[in-house]
Amino acid sequence: MIAGRAWVFGDDVDTDVIIPGKYLRTKDLSLLAEHVMEGLDPKFASSVEKGDVLVAGRNFGCGSSREQAPLALREAGVSAVVARSFARIFYRNAINVGLPLIEADVEARQGDVVEVDLSSGTVRVNDRVFQGSKLPDFLLEILKDGGLVAHRRKAKEKGRT
Amino acid sequence: MATISQKILSRAARLSHTAEPGEIVEARVDYAMSHDGTSVLAIKAFREMGSESVWDPQRIVVPFDHIVPANNETAATLQKEVRGFVKEQGITNFFDCGYGVCHQVFCEEGFALPGSLVIGADSHSCTYGAFGAFGTGVGATDMAEIYSRGRLWLKVPETLNIEIEGKLRPLVTAKDVALMVIGDLGADGATYRAIEYTGPAVEDMSMSGRMTLCNLGVEMGAKAAIVPPDQKTREYLQGCAREQYQHVVSDPDSGECQRVYDVSDLGPMVAYPFRVDNVKPVSELEGTEIDQVFVGTCTNGRLEDLEMVAKILKGQTVKARTLIIPASRQVLLQALSRGLIDILVSAGAMVAPPGCGPCLGAHMGVLGEGEACVSTSNRNFPGRMGRGGRVYLASPATAAASALKGYISSACI
Repeated sequence: MIAGRAWVFGDDVDTDVIIPGKYLRTKDLSLLAEHVMEGLDPKFASSVEKGDVLVAGRNFGCGSSREQAPLALREAGVSAVVARSFARIFYRNAINVGLPLIEADVEARQGDVVEVDLSSGTVRVNDRVFQGSKLPDFLLEILKDGGLVAHRRKAKEKGRT
Repeated sequence: MATISQKILSRAARLSHTAEPGEIVEARVDYAMSHDGTSVLAIKAFREMGSESVWDPQRIVVPFDHIVPANNETAATLQKEVRGFVKEQGITNFFDCGYGVCHQVFCEEGFALPGSLVIGADSHSCTYGAFGAFGTGVGATDMAEIYSRGRLWLKVPETLNIEIEGKLRPLVTAKDVALMVIGDLGADGATYRAIEYTGPAVEDMSMSGRMTLCNLGVEMGAKAAIVPPDQKTREYLQGCAREQYQHVVSDPDSGECQRVYDVSDLGPMVAYPFRVDNVKPVSELEGTEIDQVFVGTCTNGRLEDLEMVAKILKGQTVKARTLIIPASRQVLLQALSRGLIDILVSAGAMVAPPGCGPCLGAHMGVLGEGEACVSTSNRNFPGRMGRGGRVYLASPATAAASALKGYISSACI
């Protein structure tokens, strides 16, 4: 179970506002976290706390294929993204880097406590339960392992023993 | 009854049946592409996965375009690392700084083939659909998966058929058509779906125009945007196709939904800040003051685009600072031999070496706080070309007409 304070955003949050192009040429993930969501809320990076949950509208993560977008959110401490819908590349990237996400139409206000249950595909906000789309089992497995890299490593290690 | 997408993905997944939309398949990739930007994290993930050698060094294509030439030590060092990987793995299709924008180079070099599955670590990989390929974008870790295994899970998409009827007026282009469609369907109007573009106006388009049309598919969330291959496709690929290919087309009446547009009366269009689906006719924004004009990118940096700009600028002087970046070395050489560069530079434009330029806001012509730019690129999100900048997306003709006036203006009288 994932639980954290809500940060509420609208529709079409694009990857350029999640992490602008000028910060991409680095492998230093803390630098990404310092500028995360800068294009939309310059205070986000300094006020986000470990475990916080993003709640957004339609088409979250549209635009560029940059994997630094979910990486920056994960590195900043975001524990899950709940959105009415996702842009497909962001969706894949988030799972691949181990950032849980769920497609659900949720009503939440800034600061509400949001609980995400990936195994049932539900989101709870202030005693209201919203049913979202449950991820297919093979993607839940990847998330459980912490992303595709860890998932592949695990498979390789298993193969050796 | 199956669509191009169903047929390509079923073949790529070696299925004995035709996959239905919604089915998840593990598909074998025909060619994979990653550029200087996305290769860095893809290589990191590849190594961390414990992979040692790539699945097929002849099927990985690596063009450098996002920051070329490198603008600082960090970019230069990261590019050096990618070159090291290319050498170590024996990747044969490497296109270093100067060849041009990844999607342009990929197509010119004959990797985007009808009926093929081509995946790029870049969102605009849907450009390859112009050739009847299933081209789609992924992120770096997915690319590491492809580097390692040559395969990727994909959900077979539903298909949205978009039929473009009528004949375009002079100086109205594929860019205007694409913007009109995005304005109508919205930024998530085709999310998870494949678009198939058909109709007389699409058949009339050059391969260059079809690339522009398909390139912008992702701005509606499309997984792929495909034009059925025809004689023009065959002619373009003659001499450059990397391998034999088959024309794969959709069965009649396949696809889940259909939209029909008539473009006979369409005028030039602009997407104004800060959304690609904020689309209006140029006439409604006429007079908006601008600081810069940028012609280039995977959307509109081809010879046909430069020809249109040169035709409008010939013998005149630009009022807005104007940056022109040919999409590839091949385009630059052709523009040189046709005298276009002479015309552009004489008109006061700057011409920079092939690459993405300022499109993604990393270098070479980014905007200052509050500045406005008419750009032939594909995104106008907040901060895209520099913090506080305002980007108006338009066709090369509109860009050229606006450059001459110093404000947004139409090339059509």
